[in-house]
Amino acid sequence: MNVSRRDFFKITGASAAGAAILGLGLDLRAIKSQAQTLKIRFARESTSICCYCAVGCGVIVHTGQTGAGKIINIEGDPDHPINEGALCAKGAALSQLANNENRIITPLYRKPFSDQWMEVSWEQVLLMIAKRIKASRDASFVHKNEKGQVVNRTEGIASVGSAALDNEECWIIQAMMRALGLVYIEHQARI
Amino acid sequence: MTNHWIDIKNSDCILIMGSNAAENHPISFKWVTEAMKRGANLISVDPRFTRTSAKADFYTALRSGTDIAFLGGMIKYILDNDTYFKEYVAEYTNAPFIVADSYDFKDGLFAGYDAKARKYDRSMWAFVKDSKGIPEKDRTLQNPRCVFQLLKKHYSRYDLDTVSAITGTPKKDLVKVYEMYSETGKKGKAGTIMYAMGWTQHTVGVQNIRTMAMIQLLLGNMGVAGGGVNALRGESNVQGSTDHCILFHIWPGYLKTPRASLPTLDAYNAKYTPKTNDPLSANWWGNYEKYSVSLLKSFFGDHATVSNGFGYHWLPKLDDGKTYTWLDLFDEMYKGKFSGFFAWGQNPAASGANANKTREALSKLDWMVNVNIFDNETGSFWKGPGMDPKKIKTEVFFLPCAVSVEKEGSITNSGRWMQWRYKAAEPPGDALPDGDIIMDLMNLVKYLYKKDDNAVFPEPIVNLKWDYTTGGRFDPHKMAKEINGYFLKDVTVKGKHFKKGDLVPSFAYLQSDGTTSSANWLYCNSYTNKGNMAARRKGEKSGIGLNLEWAWCWPVNRRIIYNRASVDKYGTPWDKEHPVISWDPDAKGGKGGWMGDVPDGGWPPMLNPDGTPNPKTKYPFIMKPEGHARIFGPGRVDGPFPEHYEPIECPVEKNLLSSQLTSPVAPTYSTDMDIYRTCDPRYPFVGTTYRVCEHWQTGVMTRWQPWLLEAQPQVFVEMSPELGKLKEIKNGDKVIVESARGRLEAVAIVTPRFRPFKIQGQTVHQVGLPWHFGWVYPKDGGDSANLLTPSTGDPNTRIPETKAFMVNVRKA
Repeated sequence: MNVSRRDFFKITGASAAGAAILGLGLDLRAIKSQAQTLKIRFARESTSICCYCAVGCGVIVHTGQTGAGKIINIEGDPDHPINEGALCAKGAALSQLANNENRIITPLYRKPFSDQWMEVSWEQVLLMIAKRIKASRDASFVHKNEKGQVVNRTEGIASVGSAALDNEECWIIQAMMRALGLVYIEHQARI
Repeated sequence: MTNHWIDIKNSDCILIMGSNAAENHPISFKWVTEAMKRGANLISVDPRFTRTSAKADFYTALRSGTDIAFLGGMIKYILDNDTYFKEYVAEYTNAPFIVADSYDFKDGLFAGYDAKARKYDRSMWAFVKDSKGIPEKDRTLQNPRCVFQLLKKHYSRYDLDTVSAITGTPKKDLVKVYEMYSETGKKGKAGTIMYAMGWTQHTVGVQNIRTMAMIQLLLGNMGVAGGGVNALRGESNVQGSTDHCILFHIWPGYLKTPRASLPTLDAYNAKYTPKTNDPLSANWWGNYEKYSVSLLKSFFGDHATVSNGFGYHWLPKLDDGKTYTWLDLFDEMYKGKFSGFFAWGQNPAASGANANKTREALSKLDWMVNVNIFDNETGSFWKGPGMDPKKIKTEVFFLPCAVSVEKEGSITNSGRWMQWRYKAAEPPGDALPDGDIIMDLMNLVKYLYKKDDNAVFPEPIVNLKWDYTTGGRFDPHKMAKEINGYFLKDVTVKGKHFKKGDLVPSFAYLQSDGTTSSANWLYCNSYTNKGNMAARRKGEKSGIGLNLEWAWCWPVNRRIIYNRASVDKYGTPWDKEHPVISWDPDAKGGKGGWMGDVPDGGWPPMLNPDGTPNPKTKYPFIMKPEGHARIFGPGRVDGPFPEHYEPIECPVEKNLLSSQLTSPVAPTYSTDMDIYRTCDPRYPFVGTTYRVCEHWQTGVMTRWQPWLLEAQPQVFVEMSPELGKLKEIKNGDKVIVESARGRLEAVAIVTPRFRPFKIQGQTVHQVGLPWHFGWVYPKDGGDSANLLTPSTGDPNTRIPETKAFMVNVRKA
């Protein structure tokens, strides 16, 4: 039968099991249903919101329940009132963000003047950082400014980031920085 | 956004300017399309014909950096043609306010300018006040010193010939846009603006947005369905991160970071609590002290008491008159001021203006902590192009973190919707959620300070309330509840009894005596005894799409803010087909109540049904001490009315509107790496930056994704066929784009989507580049467009001027 490419996509692109696939002259519903089922039938579903722009599209995440419990699929959430199941190219590629061989999965340390990273443990690296925070703060803490006003601030450390943190993480990061006495605290909202 | 994404469907006319929604907020376009199906017009104004333009009913171009000229012309058109919404303007805005004689404007400068300090004395822009301190008003808008008449005078200079010569937009196109958009001034019609970085990233960024806000007020588009001023924010949680104030100048909930001249909590609260004697003004910020004290209780828990000012002196103070913004931060870093630095989920080596200066600055640090998902230009700066690792001392700690679906918590979208999300999988290897990293790191710092008897000022660190864990892991529910706030004692408020440990139902119950805590008053009401409001999932398809039971939004789940301006003085909606709120006198057993959205305060309408004034009412713009929206805006550092100035780097020698070529108060920097070249034949073309759908920000979270990289593999520069011909550049050629600060190799896209502009009789070319790329990966993808952009910014916010600067382009 004569079906243009555009029509083909319109027909087969219809979501979920069953809309208008009959236009092709054969009933793909059963096959399509089974294909979906094989992939996510035993997966655990959870909902999330896309991590890219600020539209806040809803996504459904399918996690495998056997083995490593990896994410096997991320798609638009049809129940979400804003995106109603649709996603742009970035949202549609979310599974490649989670499952990506280029992700860094161990803490790394670069020594002064080195041209390499070296792997370190969390225990090592967090203690190293905490010691440097204390050293920098103690060396640069200012009790009174040039005018003699009490300022109680740390002038030797600055921090930027992040609009990619959850709200609950945003609150503790600004609390940590402010309790340390930082004033140079900024992030994406400023640029 | 004052409104929200779905509400766009209710609009009669959508102006997309300073943004490219179809490209960069693609799913939002679903609602633009819905509006258009219902008969709305879409207008696209952009230097380049974009994907948004391709869908528009009308498109025209303007030169980057001339939006105030364009919009100033629209204000003139609205006033000349009487298309403003008279009752709204006279009753709800400060158009009737009488301005003091000290205010003046001459030849590009407002009264009070100090040329040496490059600053204004804003006290000159005051209102005439009566004996009670309430601004005097002429509701007939005739008084020659009222805001309305001064507005008319100011924009009388923005005639079509002048605007066209500045913007390069043909006069007939200007008229068409003005005509189409000002139709929404009719009662019952609504127009909305969707804008983004195309407006904010300028030395006149704030005033760009002010001009549009003024137009929206003139046309009665604030507070109504399908109206509003809608900022399309760029990151999934930049709204939340702004609300929780990871910014030097504000504390969570948009409270002010204290200055050194405010030695006590009382002095601080007195300074920032506005007062009014007008009984009709709600003056909501008058509650400031309740929010600041509740915040301090969240910071320091039981350690914060009345006798120690709730720990106020434990938190750092800023010097008066000094800014500590992004641009200041990297300037200080370049000068060697910092020993340590956190680049937490951000990539400044590619995202900050004048990226070469940023990259050099990083090499001055003793140590840097880089928390991220992938390798990036910041963490690996020491092996970047032009860097010799053997000469760079900076210790770098790369901490691998989880992606969004590997942890539980909430994010807030551009429409202020706080939405909860769930953990779908464990992060791979040793990667950890940021929340865990932050809790563990600060616990270690606390430990180091506790065991040092000679510790430097340890109090804020050891006294910091830091119990947001369960089983040793960060517990987002515990934090979310703290953000909402608790009663810390058994109390009775507004006749209701609460026990110690109860969650506070809304910020109306917060106290200034230390009996409540709330880590962010704006989010109070989000996690209550009714549960986690952000996790609600009841959508609705009917009505104007308020979705009151889907997730939660601030403040107190009010979906369209300023909605008291959506009704007339009797409480009847201007637009009966799309009511946001409406007064039902029979509700609540005859007491009367508001139907629809959460009203912007429950006070009754301004008039009783018999037309007499109701003394229990409040003016609609409750966050302003005068209760009226500001057409005249005395709070901005660069003037109470927006005025066109050229970008710091511009292609013209004269500003047609005054002798002030550029903003008289815009900040610039003076190290050897801060170079600006304007009207320089070496950089003759206007350059701008923008985005593509397939990539996001500096590309750290999209360049590594094969599906996305395949679609957009490398940096390109778009230029007109005329410019291509001039420089003998063909589509697909490798070219070099240069500015005074850096150079970038890119692939040329020669396209009629850019056309040359006719500016003051001369031809001016413009080019544009996406800024998604960086040298780390892929190897042939190109580097960041921010190597070209200038370290100057808006005088109110210091957001860098990355949308208009001067470049050259030549074949590689």
